[in-house]
Amino acid sequence: MKKALLTTVLTTSLLASSFFATLAVSTVQAADYKVDVEGAHAFVQFKIKHLGYSWLLGRFNTFDGGFSYDEKAPNNAKINIEIDTASLDSNHAERDKHLRGKDFLNVSSFPKATFTSQSIKFSDDSNAVVTGEFTLKGVTKMISFPVVKIGEGQDPWGGYRAGFSGTTSLKLTDYGISYNLGPASTHVEMALHIEGVRI
Amino acid sequence: MIKNTENRYGLIAITLHWLMAIAIFSLFGLGLYMVELTYYDAWYKGSLDLHKNIGMVLLVVLMLRVVWRMVNTTPQNADKSASLVEVKVAHYAHIGLYGLMGTLMLSGYLISTADGRAIEVFDLISVPALSFSFANQEDIAGSIHEILAWTLIILSGGHALAALKHHFINKNNTLLRMIKVIPNK
Repeated sequence: MKKALLTTVLTTSLLASSFFATLAVSTVQAADYKVDVEGAHAFVQFKIKHLGYSWLLGRFNTFDGGFSYDEKAPNNAKINIEIDTASLDSNHAERDKHLRGKDFLNVSSFPKATFTSQSIKFSDDSNAVVTGEFTLKGVTKMISFPVVKIGEGQDPWGGYRAGFSGTTSLKLTDYGISYNLGPASTHVEMALHIEGVRI
Repeated sequence: MIKNTENRYGLIAITLHWLMAIAIFSLFGLGLYMVELTYYDAWYKGSLDLHKNIGMVLLVVLMLRVVWRMVNTTPQNADKSASLVEVKVAHYAHIGLYGLMGTLMLSGYLISTADGRAIEVFDLISVPALSFSFANQEDIAGSIHEILAWTLIILSGGHALAALKHHFINKNNTLLRMIKVIPNK
């Protein structure tokens, strides 16, 4: 009887301590942020050379995602973004229609492009390299690209925000886009400018 | 000669008919061809411009044709032996073809004007976009345009076969009176 009681007490305290340990870890762990798509303080842009003579810019209007980040443990940060490929907008309906079609993104078959980080390594307070899986047009590739922390802090309305920018260059043929846009236009530059609101 | 009468088509109706027939089949061929061209083809831009130009002119021609049909006499049937049902079917098939042509051209217009851009017809007339648009307008209008184009070509083929049937099997002048100004037998 005595032994049983002791076991119970021990088990309970063990459970309790592991519970508090978990709680302690989660408070140290990065805070979670939701990308502020509602207030449109986030942008997914692309640019590609036109004939090699100029830059053509466009963006994806619909996407969502979140990230977790803590200044004290920046390398534990994570990010995921899901882009609605049909929301492509290059300010020209005929071109958008072509880019959404089978020659390019084939959005009816591949409505989503996603990025999920696997590691984020900060080299100083604001610069990091993000590595993760990027899926576009059904092709998933591991990509790495630099990101910069722009800033974080209280907003004037009682919330807490943090923002980052990252750019990367994607080779079109890596993602099954083989339409000939000319020798200067084999890669598209992607830029992600996001602000998250802490949840 | 110029106008229709009770028993024959006039020159204007015949001209409008064949002008549109040639233009529509040409636009269909051009449409199929131009979407296969790629960025570095010299006619990549020109083919699309020509398609839009002819299409917009055709929309005006169609409106003139409908107005001409309404203000003018419609000749009686060439086939006197046709049943009332056949006559009705032929009548509504023709109305349907007008509606189909109109909707087809309108859907093309909605693709190019989806972002508020005007269509510059032969660099002479600027046809403005509507003051409103709907979500994914260029994609929806594009799908409709493609489906209706095939539908129109198939139905026009049926229309041509029906004319040939009247000519060779029923041996009346349904076809001939649309080629030259002659009265019904």
